[in-house]
Amino acid sequence: MKTNLRYKFIFIAAVILVCLYGIIGLPKSKDELIANWHNNIRLGLDLRGGTYLVIQVQQQDAFNAQASSTADSLKEAARKANVPIGEVNVDEAKDLPSARNVAIVVKGVPSTMAGNFRSLVNEQFNEWLLTPQSPTDYRLTMKPTSALALWKNTLELSKNTIDKKINALGLSEATVQQRREDADSELLVQMPGVDDPARVKQIIQTAGVLELYEVKGGPFASREEALAQNGGVLPIGTKLIGQPPSGQPGAKGGGVYLVARTPVVRGTDIRDSKAETGQMPGSWSTGFVLSQDAARRFADFTGSHIGTPLAIVLDGKVLQAPSIKNQISDQGVIEGQPSQEEAQDLALNLKAGSLPASVKYEQENTVGPSLGADSIRQGFIAGIAGVLAVIVVMLVYYKKSGINATLALVLNAIILVACLSYFDAVLTLPGIAGIILTIGMAVDSNVLIFERIREELRAGKAVIPAVDSGFAKAFLTIIDTHITTVVSCAILFLFGSGPVKGFAVTLVIGLVANVFTAIFVSKAIFDWELSRPKPVAELSI
Amino acid sequence: MEIFKQTNYDFIGKKWPFIILSLILTAAGLVSLWVKGGPKYGIDFTGGAFMDVNFIKRPSAEAIRAALRQKISGEIEVQEISGTQEVFIQTGARDDKALQIARGDMIDTLKTAFNPSDSAQKLDLNLSGQAAIADRLRDPLTQAGAGLAEDQLQTLSKAITAFRDTSSAHSGLILSLDDLSSVPSVTPKILNVIKQECLAGNFAIRSAETVGPKIGADLRQQAVNVVLIALGAMLVYIAFRFEWIYGVAAVIAVFHDTIITIGLFSLFNKQIDLTVIAALLTLVGYSMNDTIVTFDRIRENLKLQVRGSFTSIVNLSINQTLSRTVLTSGLTFLTAVSLLLFGGQVLNGFSFALVIGIMIGTYSSIFVASPILIFWHNLADGRGQQGRGPAPAGRSSVSDKGVKAAKPVKTAK
Repeated sequence: MKTNLRYKFIFIAAVILVCLYGIIGLPKSKDELIANWHNNIRLGLDLRGGTYLVIQVQQQDAFNAQASSTADSLKEAARKANVPIGEVNVDEAKDLPSARNVAIVVKGVPSTMAGNFRSLVNEQFNEWLLTPQSPTDYRLTMKPTSALALWKNTLELSKNTIDKKINALGLSEATVQQRREDADSELLVQMPGVDDPARVKQIIQTAGVLELYEVKGGPFASREEALAQNGGVLPIGTKLIGQPPSGQPGAKGGGVYLVARTPVVRGTDIRDSKAETGQMPGSWSTGFVLSQDAARRFADFTGSHIGTPLAIVLDGKVLQAPSIKNQISDQGVIEGQPSQEEAQDLALNLKAGSLPASVKYEQENTVGPSLGADSIRQGFIAGIAGVLAVIVVMLVYYKKSGINATLALVLNAIILVACLSYFDAVLTLPGIAGIILTIGMAVDSNVLIFERIREELRAGKAVIPAVDSGFAKAFLTIIDTHITTVVSCAILFLFGSGPVKGFAVTLVIGLVANVFTAIFVSKAIFDWELSRPKPVAELSI
Repeated sequence: MEIFKQTNYDFIGKKWPFIILSLILTAAGLVSLWVKGGPKYGIDFTGGAFMDVNFIKRPSAEAIRAALRQKISGEIEVQEISGTQEVFIQTGARDDKALQIARGDMIDTLKTAFNPSDSAQKLDLNLSGQAAIADRLRDPLTQAGAGLAEDQLQTLSKAITAFRDTSSAHSGLILSLDDLSSVPSVTPKILNVIKQECLAGNFAIRSAETVGPKIGADLRQQAVNVVLIALGAMLVYIAFRFEWIYGVAAVIAVFHDTIITIGLFSLFNKQIDLTVIAALLTLVGYSMNDTIVTFDRIRENLKLQVRGSFTSIVNLSINQTLSRTVLTSGLTFLTAVSLLLFGGQVLNGFSFALVIGIMIGTYSSIFVASPILIFWHNLADGRGQQGRGPAPAGRSSVSDKGVKAAKPVKTAK
């Protein structure tokens, strides 16, 4: 064997070993081999079963909230700076596309104070752009840079919160990611093994904002009644909270309360929360622990307000309003949860915190485990049947050279699977289709080469020059066809999504492997055959 | 073994019957598309709800539709999958809110219509996940004196779902609760508790999907864009490697294949969903591959200054690559057919597109792409200048045939 050729074979052997290691590792037993295989070849949701959700974050909520809190501080700031203003309203964004257009409308600024008002806005509210509408009226819109920052922040915060909620459910394999570069308000949640997403959806959607308020009056049957009882005007520093009791049997809490405007404890003050068994046998409650800072505040408050009722408000609904019996520092409990599951879900939501904006489910896809198992089996059978048919035809048509092609084909498959494992790519159904197509392309390369060699032989060339020039001539064609397909795969990968992307990835890997096996490996095998001491006068092709 | 030995068929001379066939296929497809108001898109592209339901014994499609009709307004399509007890249920695009509840609605309606009447109180093992089964059995097992530790309980529910999903006769369905006695961790005592708390309903949900109308429209637009950009990119690459007219001819041929395939989907009333788009893209790649092999040979023959008119060189090139074309197409066709036969329902649309596309893609290289080259060549050459002589070498010389060749070439008369 020539040295050159020896190096080639050493290289090929190294590639095979690296690939096999990538697929099955270094197994010591059959069980370990199977376990390694399962670890390395990751199956997509469509094959192993599971659910994915596409969630649209309703950015307008975050923008509206930002505008309304800015409007409040603007009023406050104007009061402090002695700039009289008439009314401040928020022109809310109605839907997602118009989120960035949210505006604060300020009316009735005396024209003599225009300069003061302008500098007030520029100094303290520099995220907003001031446009005069008339000598006394103004419109504030968000500056593009601030709007972009808020947009990104809302998406990131939503992503993290959803991630926390899902992980708290024990779905450790679940992932949350932005669906596409250009879909900047859409999140893709993938949950392998989950075939009933109803509970997950419920938990994601529940905001889980817990607030504790000092109760100043109530409960009342309705807002109107509450107003009437207070002489039509709410006392300063208070607000109404809660909904009229629903009247449904078993409904939690309810009732409208008059409470202090600022809560004693906010959702962000909660450090930990978990489900606990309640005082009554079989009942459940959710306990929570406050952060250090909040605990100090809460201890001060409860110490000085013994006997005062405290409203426990979850997502704007008053759950209970028990009276403070003694000083509490960092722990609290919400009693009367109907089941362990609900107590756990509430704990989970309290811990994960609230979403900065509401969410809408754009797409939901569940594949049951039995369908996934069927797909794997069918894909496998189809693949084996296809490969066998190809091998038989190649052996009949090209005789001994068909063995060459078969070896190249098998090696191609091994490299492809190994690359999927090394790149941590996920094997999906379209991916299997891509593999089957790769087999087709691999066959094409071999056919091109063999037909060329036959042509050269017919033209009267000796065996060795015929093989050499067959490979050389086919090389150009193979490069052109492969690059064209790689170009289209690149487009699919860049602009496609989901299944299309998976298909493109497997096909590209397959094509690259194919150039290696068809041109390099197959040529080396031919060279080896032709370099044996007895010169070959005839080629079995 | 060799089938084609140095053939010399006059493909280009016989191009007309094939071009006419192409035109008929295209027209039939377009008419069908026009009559049916565009392609029949899957819910990936239109929005809506889809459910793959596997029954123990399938009720008639009409009964299923009638049951669903009570709860769900709008179009309901129920398709029976031959050779199985499965049905595909699909409802059209509706507003977002209705879609959110569509899935629960569909399952509830099917339960009421096709499950035994006592099913409301019991847990349907065929519709429940591992966690739900464990939760349901935890307390009753303890009460029956067969209480299990938490990890044993999880193992039990895992064994039950594994039995249902992999080893049962109907995949995904437990036919009768008594069958569970073959599961190792199910003792007679446990089985009694299971029978008291659970039932095996008549159907299981194999897969379910809901797509909002907005994301559907978005995906459709994206798919069209992807195809067009991919075509454009390939045109540029071929124009760079050959000449721009080669790129144009290849892209027209590929476009022709795509249109005919989409037309045939419409004629056969098949749905176009995301997987079919993947198949169409494969076809584009495949047909392009085939065309490039032929073009590559034409380029080579022109460089070698083979004698004869441009038409005869094209014909010679097609003949030279014929053996490869037939063999490759045949083998790829075999893999596609094996996909269609064994690949199952999920891949049906995909493999159908491939099987059709491979046939059309192969013949379009010969009868669409090559004639366009010749047509353009003759046009650029002017009338009556069908002169004989070696074609010039070089990339820039195909269309002007040496008259204004970059490198002067001796003409041999």
